[in-house]
Amino acid sequence: MSSVLKVSDLHVSVGETPILKGVNLEIGQGEIHALMGPNGSGKSTLAYALAGHPNYSVTGGTIEVDGVNITEMEADERARLGMFLAFQYPVVIPGVKVADFLRHAVTNVRNPDRKEGEGLIGMREFRKELRSRMTELGMDHEFARRYLNDGFSGGEKKRMEILQLAMLQPRFAILDETDSGLDSDAVRVVSEGLARLSGPQMGVLIITHHERLLEFNTPQFTHVMLGGRIVETGDAALANELHSNGYAEVRKRHPQAAAEEAAAEEALA
Amino acid sequence: MSTDAPSSSDIQPGAYQYGFHDSTEFYSFKSRKGLDEEIVSQISAMKQEPEWMRDFRLQSLQIFESRPMPDWGGDLGELDFNDIYYYMKAAAEQGRSWDDVPDDIRKTYDRLGIPEAEKKYLAGVKAQYESEVVYGSLREDLEKQGVIFTDTDSALRDHPELFREYFGTVIPSGDNKFAALNSAVWSGGSFIYVPKGVAIDFPLQAYFRINSQNMGQFERTLIIVDEGASVHYVEGCTAPTYSSDSLHSAVVEIIVKRGARCRYTTIQNWSNNVYNLVTKRAMVMADGLMEWIDGNLGSRLTMKYPAIWLMEPGARGETLSIAFAGESQHQDAGAKMVHCAPNTSSRIISKSISRGGGRSSYRGLVKVQKNAENCRSNVVCDALILDSESRSDTYPYIEVEEENVAIEHEASVSRIAEEQLFYLMSRGMSEAEASAMIVTGFVEPLVKELPMEYAVELNRLIELQMEGSVG
Ligand SMILES: Nc1ncnc2c1ncn2[C@@H]1O[C@H](COP(=O)(O)OP(=O)(O)OP(=O)(O)O)[C@@H](O)[C@H]1O
Ligand SMILES: [Mg+2]
Repeated sequence: MSSVLKVSDLHVSVGETPILKGVNLEIGQGEIHALMGPNGSGKSTLAYALAGHPNYSVTGGTIEVDGVNITEMEADERARLGMFLAFQYPVVIPGVKVADFLRHAVTNVRNPDRKEGEGLIGMREFRKELRSRMTELGMDHEFARRYLNDGFSGGEKKRMEILQLAMLQPRFAILDETDSGLDSDAVRVVSEGLARLSGPQMGVLIITHHERLLEFNTPQFTHVMLGGRIVETGDAALANELHSNGYAEVRKRHPQAAAEEAAAEEALA
Repeated sequence: MSTDAPSSSDIQPGAYQYGFHDSTEFYSFKSRKGLDEEIVSQISAMKQEPEWMRDFRLQSLQIFESRPMPDWGGDLGELDFNDIYYYMKAAAEQGRSWDDVPDDIRKTYDRLGIPEAEKKYLAGVKAQYESEVVYGSLREDLEKQGVIFTDTDSALRDHPELFREYFGTVIPSGDNKFAALNSAVWSGGSFIYVPKGVAIDFPLQAYFRINSQNMGQFERTLIIVDEGASVHYVEGCTAPTYSSDSLHSAVVEIIVKRGARCRYTTIQNWSNNVYNLVTKRAMVMADGLMEWIDGNLGSRLTMKYPAIWLMEPGARGETLSIAFAGESQHQDAGAKMVHCAPNTSSRIISKSISRGGGRSSYRGLVKVQKNAENCRSNVVCDALILDSESRSDTYPYIEVEEENVAIEHEASVSRIAEEQLFYLMSRGMSEAEASAMIVTGFVEPLVKELPMEYAVELNRLIELQMEGSVG
């Protein structure tokens, strides 16, 4: 059976401020979706809410995986169910080696019922797998011994996110601007990497402001977010149109969302 | 660990794994509670000490009685000196093989994994149980080279001149109230002499175990590293969990001679009812190096500031300390560096973790005496606070009487960042695993300085402390 990630009428607030105002989205395994929209429209908020960030509180609506409501689940439970978020701003964890971190993560995600303190996956096979994934992504094996994201360049951090994606093999992957901050060679490596990794087992949501990632990973669906709602959904052609023409036309077509967007910006200023 | 698993009845609930205790019925001697001239004289008589030592003890007792309780550091208000046993002897004699050690006591050390560690990676072991050392060993080749590793009581008997030359020279009885107390009632501890040019390749280890309720343990350690020699000494400490308090008040004196090196690693893991008030000081001569590596876990209150006096040009001192303050614990720990000569250098790295309402304080002193020019000192202290009930303070004191010196001090306090927790949890780690991983990463720069076995041990202890830390 093919899995489905279903978001229905999702409302999310940060503190007292409502950010998402009724998002609907359905992603099937094997599908690629692009999510676009101007800065501040709520794309990262949706990504965090899907991953279960405690500061992004769901005030209405549901998130379901194959009919199971995961709206109240902790982030780790969601990860064990096969959700993955490649962060727009990956977090530095000083003193924790990439390899140790990943071995824990991989163990937990592959054995969702593991109790704390139970054994980790075998060291040798893990190392072997890690090395070959690093090679595929053009990463120096030395990174395995570095502290997680500590002193990494912007591009190195993004690659580390994709390495984690490759190791964790999620059912649903959300990539939040994984292509920004990468030089053009790196964008190609990451794009090709993602194309190789996705395939029929993975549903992908690509949040992006650029074209390159979508060139290698053609979306079947493109969604446009404005003022905390998905206001339009089309195919790859819509992504191309937005890249060439920007969001002016979209705002014209959706005056109410544009007005709310403007009002929210006003409130911030 | 031992195959002889402790039964559930003698392990107290909670994360403290060494909370079991043995019966005290078989003990060969137990002083009455309380402290006065009679008790002190009795301890000295039991040990058949020379007169000078008995006088030294009695004099120290007077100093102890004349000094007020320190009004800084931690809360000592509930420490009742009259409610403590100052001397207890569990075994009639010290064993040279574990078979000679009484069964009940040996089992304790089995559980703590000492005999096994000895076989694998130690050059010598001392095991102290209550007031006396119950087991001692030293690798034969080291003994042949003139290395002495014995308990301090035996050293007084067997090496009287060497002993008297150095004993009490680094920390006189009058140094502070608790040094005076130790000087009055000291018993056991390690005595090490490393002859000129001898480098000991594997660590020497001592293990201190308090077993009885209301027990006071007052070991006295004296280490002399002669010119060009080197040694790494390691001590571990545990005690059972009782409802009333025990007192551990040790004195450690170290002399590092010209070009010699000494590394002293402590991993203390006391139960929550122990007052741990320790005075440690090293004197370092020309081009010598002293390193204190100090891991403080457990105890009700720890007050400990290992000191290094850099006596001659080129002497170096380094202190790395980790403190973990859990529920109802106060770790007041730090370091002192005293630069008495030109071209001396020191470094202090301190990391503390507080959680569950625990409190940790860094208290440190860097002092540069007049004419000690061209000194360098670098102090870094980082605190990690895991929840809003816990607390951390920094008290750095710097006293400089010389102009041409370079002193740096950096301090940082961080709370476990929600973003770090979320990042790790989004990769499948539970909240407990994620915070343990962040804490392990926080202490990693220090832990990697430890030999493998101790690094593993320290990480394991931290994990134990973290267990059940999130609900
Ligand atoms: N933790 C937060 N605290 C306060 N405001 C927040 C927080 N997270 C998001 N917001 C606000 O919510 C709105 C949506 O932000 P979000 O990061 O989701 O936008 P985005 O679409 O990802 O933008 P970008 O394209 O710039 O990445 C913004 O106004 C932002 O300031
Ligand atoms: Mg964003």
